Amino acid sequence: MGVEVRVEGLTKSFGGQPVWSDVSLTLPAGEISVLLGPSGTGKSVFLKTLVGLLKPDRGAIWIEGQDLPRLSERALYEVRKLFGVLFQDGALFGSMNIYDNVAFPLREHTRKSESEVRAVVHEKLEMVGLLGAERKLPGEISGGMRKRAGLARALVLDPRIILFDEPDSGLDPVRTAYLNQLIIDLNQQTGATFLIVTHDINTARTVPDNIGLIYHGHLAMFGPREMLLSSTEPVVRQFLNAQRIGPIGMAEEKDSDELRAEAEAGVELPPLPPIPLQLAPSDGRPRAAEQPPGRWCEEHGVTPPAGSFRGVQGSVWQPTEALR
Amino acid sequence: MSRPTGARHADPSHADPSHAGTGTGTGTGTGQAGDSQAGGGRGGPTRATAGLRGTGYFFAFCLDALRGLFRRPFQVREFVQQAWFISSVSILPAALVAIPFGAVIALQLGSLVRQLGAQSFTGAASVLGVVREASPIVTALIIAGAGGSAICADLGARKIREELDAMEVLGIDPVHRLVAPRIVAAALVAALLNGLVSVVGVAGGYFFNVVMQGGTPGAYLASFQALGQLSDLAVGEVKAVLFGAVAALVASYHGMTAKGGPKGVGDAVNQSVVLTFMLLFALNFVITAVYFQLVPQRGM
Repeated sequence: MGVEVRVEGLTKSFGGQPVWSDVSLTLPAGEISVLLGPSGTGKSVFLKTLVGLLKPDRGAIWIEGQDLPRLSERALYEVRKLFGVLFQDGALFGSMNIYDNVAFPLREHTRKSESEVRAVVHEKLEMVGLLGAERKLPGEISGGMRKRAGLARALVLDPRIILFDEPDSGLDPVRTAYLNQLIIDLNQQTGATFLIVTHDINTARTVPDNIGLIYHGHLAMFGPREMLLSSTEPVVRQFLNAQRIGPIGMAEEKDSDELRAEAEAGVELPPLPPIPLQLAPSDGRPRAAEQPPGRWCEEHGVTPPAGSFRGVQGSVWQPTEALR
Repeated sequence: MSRPTGARHADPSHADPSHAGTGTGTGTGTGQAGDSQAGGGRGGPTRATAGLRGTGYFFAFCLDALRGLFRRPFQVREFVQQAWFISSVSILPAALVAIPFGAVIALQLGSLVRQLGAQSFTGAASVLGVVREASPIVTALIIAGAGGSAICADLGARKIREELDAMEVLGIDPVHRLVAPRIVAAALVAALLNGLVSVVGVAGGYFFNVVMQGGTPGAYLASFQALGQLSDLAVGEVKAVLFGAVAALVASYHGMTAKGGPKGVGDAVNQSVVLTFMLLFALNFVITAVYFQLVPQRGM
């Protein structure tokens, strides 16, 4: 099962320049969360801080009652066994082939025999569709395969928190769709807590249960997917709908003059696009953390944009029996 | 629990773009001015402490690495691989550098000694020069230049490919897993290399003295013991072991702190080689000075 990660007042700066400050959020156990933000807002830094690779200036990260930044080195290595991390380029060990890469954590941390190791590695490689490529070196396979191999390695110790650093960067749309489906299926099968750092809006709109947006050195908003997708908050709205109109400019943020000019010109924000359905697991059984579409909007008296929650064929989604 | 916090967080940010927009618009201007003024005032000490901090981090890294040396389980496989790798990149250049080194000493001494009429002691001087000084220096050059740069480039590439981060996240300490075996491997190879360089250097000196300058083979060999003693060889080996360890430490440190892509790795290798040279030559001087104080030298 997943583990809750509670972040309180986290602040990080490099050489006096704050990256982000006072970030507080809770990754609910077993749910998929996405962290969004324009390029260069320190999303990857946040991810590395979560696993203790970087030390925050202030703030706490609570995992199973332990405050991660204040743990001793030895305790930190123990807590890290809860984590599986998929790095941007897979971060495979270049000197080992795919099989040895995936087997590495097992050989280092468990007393499994080679045949047991082979069984686990086989299972994980099958999960990510890499059977047959075991003997290849990381340099000999494509970026998408490296990512999937990195994912297999991250999964091999059955982590309870899985972090993805831009799983969709550098992948074509089809591969991205497959990977997103894989993420949903993994969440269904393992029930682990997922955090995906990305700036792919399609991923952010269809995959997660929760969305967070980092902008201008702080967490602009964090909450259920439907809350952010129906939000009229300018930054959230601009980013989630990939528009030019709004506070985010080509440089980090627009000048106040430019914003005022924009307001005076009476630029109308285009209407919010409909909220898409969340990706469902491929075998049709619901995930433990799944919420029926529209529930948050209903509970909070928010009218979702017209045309929301329609399936591909245009039919309104019917909640399954299990979720009712 | 998380939802209300999330919603509350949205509130200040709602006001933020308009307010903070004006705030930062003017704020960055004054902020930069303030920074540059402050930079003028505090620039010196900050830069000085930055240098000290680098040294501090390096020593902290060395302590970590030394602790890693004694932690179980020792990474035998990695050690064997690294020892093999370092020797494969350093043996040939070491031998090739050692021959001219021995030859130069023989050539320099040859004419001088003949004028003094002490040809029979050419061998003694040659051995002294090669075993005591030339051999550790050549070892230092090769270990730093060939072994150290390879270690630094390897670890640097792993660092920027996030392999080291991935290793840490998988619960494995890279200092224990990668650095400790490299230190032992470099120290061992340096010790062996020192022996190789001594032999090749003395042989080169012999060849030049006997074949080129018409010296007497018997005199060359017989005078080996005249000035040199066994402790010279021992101190040469001690030097070599220390040089190997220091070179591996500096190279690993620079490799593991490389940043900024491929160029960062190149810079790290460059820095590590330059710094290793300086450190090893300084260390060589210190050890030699201490050795001369501690061990009585043989006279004629």
